[in-house]
Amino acid sequence: MLDLRQYQSLGEALRAAVERWPEEICLIEAERERENARITYRAFGAAALSLASGLQEAGFQNGTRAAIIMMNQSKWLISAYAIFSCGGVLVPLDYKLTADEQLQLLAHSKVELLVVEYHLWRAVAKADGFNHLRARVVLATEAPEGAELYGAKRWEDFRGTGTPSFVQRGRKDSACIVYSSGTGGRPKGCVLTHENYLEQCMALTAIFPFWPGVRYLSILPTNHAIDFMVGFIGPFTCGATVVHLRTLRPEYIREAFTRYKITYMSLVPMVLKNLEKGLRQRFAELSPGRRKILNGLIAVNRALTRRRPNLKLSRTLLRRVHEAFGGELRALFVGGAFTEPATLQFFYDLGIPVGNGYGCTEAGTAITLNDFKPFRADTVGKPLPGMELKIVNADAEGIGEVLVRSKTVMSHYLDDPEMTAETIRDGWLITGDLGRIDGDGHLQLFGRKKNMIVTEEGKNIYPEDVETVFEGLPVKEFCVFAANFLWPARTMVGEKLVLVVHPEPGAPVTNDLVAEIAERNRRLLNYKRISGYLVWDHDFPLTASLKIKRGELAEQIRESLDRSAMVVL
Amino acid sequence: MSTIQTTTDEVLRLAAEHFKIPVEKLSPDDDFFKKLGINSLQALDLLTRIEQHFRIELPDYELQGVSDFRTLAERIQSRL
Repeated sequence: MLDLRQYQSLGEALRAAVERWPEEICLIEAERERENARITYRAFGAAALSLASGLQEAGFQNGTRAAIIMMNQSKWLISAYAIFSCGGVLVPLDYKLTADEQLQLLAHSKVELLVVEYHLWRAVAKADGFNHLRARVVLATEAPEGAELYGAKRWEDFRGTGTPSFVQRGRKDSACIVYSSGTGGRPKGCVLTHENYLEQCMALTAIFPFWPGVRYLSILPTNHAIDFMVGFIGPFTCGATVVHLRTLRPEYIREAFTRYKITYMSLVPMVLKNLEKGLRQRFAELSPGRRKILNGLIAVNRALTRRRPNLKLSRTLLRRVHEAFGGELRALFVGGAFTEPATLQFFYDLGIPVGNGYGCTEAGTAITLNDFKPFRADTVGKPLPGMELKIVNADAEGIGEVLVRSKTVMSHYLDDPEMTAETIRDGWLITGDLGRIDGDGHLQLFGRKKNMIVTEEGKNIYPEDVETVFEGLPVKEFCVFAANFLWPARTMVGEKLVLVVHPEPGAPVTNDLVAEIAERNRRLLNYKRISGYLVWDHDFPLTASLKIKRGELAEQIRESLDRSAMVVL
Repeated sequence: MSTIQTTTDEVLRLAAEHFKIPVEKLSPDDDFFKKLGINSLQALDLLTRIEQHFRIELPDYELQGVSDFRTLAERIQSRL
């Protein structure tokens, strides 16, 4: 791999990768069973530079902010490299957000360039706030022939005539603005520097190296911190190959393992559990005799790999299982949300180690990762090289809030010095998660101190972000909480949001009100919905500026009501 | 020639069959995540079944943000 200590910026490192491995394949793109493209590093560099030339001719300068809203595909990475080589600051936005939410974040980040897939652009162009979009240049990919472009230019035709000049950025300069939340509420735009990414990449590849020939299957959205690092920067700075599928259908993902001989893949717990379910079903369909043999082989594999994985041995013992995964899979990575230990153990016993980690966007992706020396299903691993962890305000069992300090911690929240000061104190990032470091240096997580939930799909949902949909509800006041914030629980699975309503004095909670809550709830994306409501008959405590004192209100509710007061919708 | 009405009815029937619930319990404006109690992966499973039935291909991006049977049926209808 490249020695990343030598480079000042992501653009410089990517340029070095293009020069170092020109003939290696960096990208394979498939649409279901059809392969669309196979791109070498040389071709990738040429495509990005030609785009960069067009951008510079259109006035793109050092520090210009540029957003990408696309599903995982080659044009995402080509556009990102073009932006970095022009000295731009990348704003990767979640394509799964609604058009209104995307417009809010585009406005907050003040982007001047937007690269967007046409079907997503069409939705943005039809949204109410479209007229407020301030991007000077919009490049739409894959617009059908003759389609209305709503002021955008075709990405495929947008090329400059000259050679672009490479714009160097410093290690401390902003590389990306990544939104960890903030649609509808207070935007949390994490400003991450080039150093944050270069250091994170070194830390991860020190434990899980990539090299030319490694094939990484990229299914998590590239705008997400994990895929941006493990499905782009990591493999590219090692000369490896990234495979994009353009679909998340399980049948095509399964097929991709064998077709492309995948080496690594990252996923969220929900997908991992789905894989487990599929495998268990297949095992259950075996004849009793074969099942007995399989169980025996699994037991032997478990015993022989107790101290550390032995891929060669596992692939021999459990040949059929490994062949179903293409035969070259070395590890899966899971993150974004809490994963149940039983699921991790299931895969490890089959000889498929799952690198279970913990991190957050503010810390530049991963903070801890299981290094399999030995495998532990009950922890999220040890701190990555260069990460310092401490537990503060620990209770008698050693459980307290997790703080992290490293060169990967973001610079600040965009345009929010107050929230930055609350989150980073004396160089330590306050994660809001509760954990304990055991005698072997492994971190175990026990829940959250902060008022938010993480879904099994790895989505961070902040109550403030879903409250806007309930504005105008015919009640005196309302507030959304994470149920585990109201009633602390030592778990990070099955987290729920609850709406607290304070009816107008003397007004009962009618069926109409409940129907309205349910109807408004449906307007939210499915993973953002509240699970139930709670009736609270007292005035909410407010600040001088009439904002709800959430902590105080939660305390009052906790003192007089328990979880059974929540009415499930 | 299928109409939006017949397509919607077919979608409801396929969903009911796939998740083993009586079709009478489903209506076009239902949110299928909530009504069927499914996650996004199970929804993708249903889409595969729907594609096989109608012999069409529904790209994932076409279905971003779709969560009710009626809109799903409209997307299918536009490809028939």
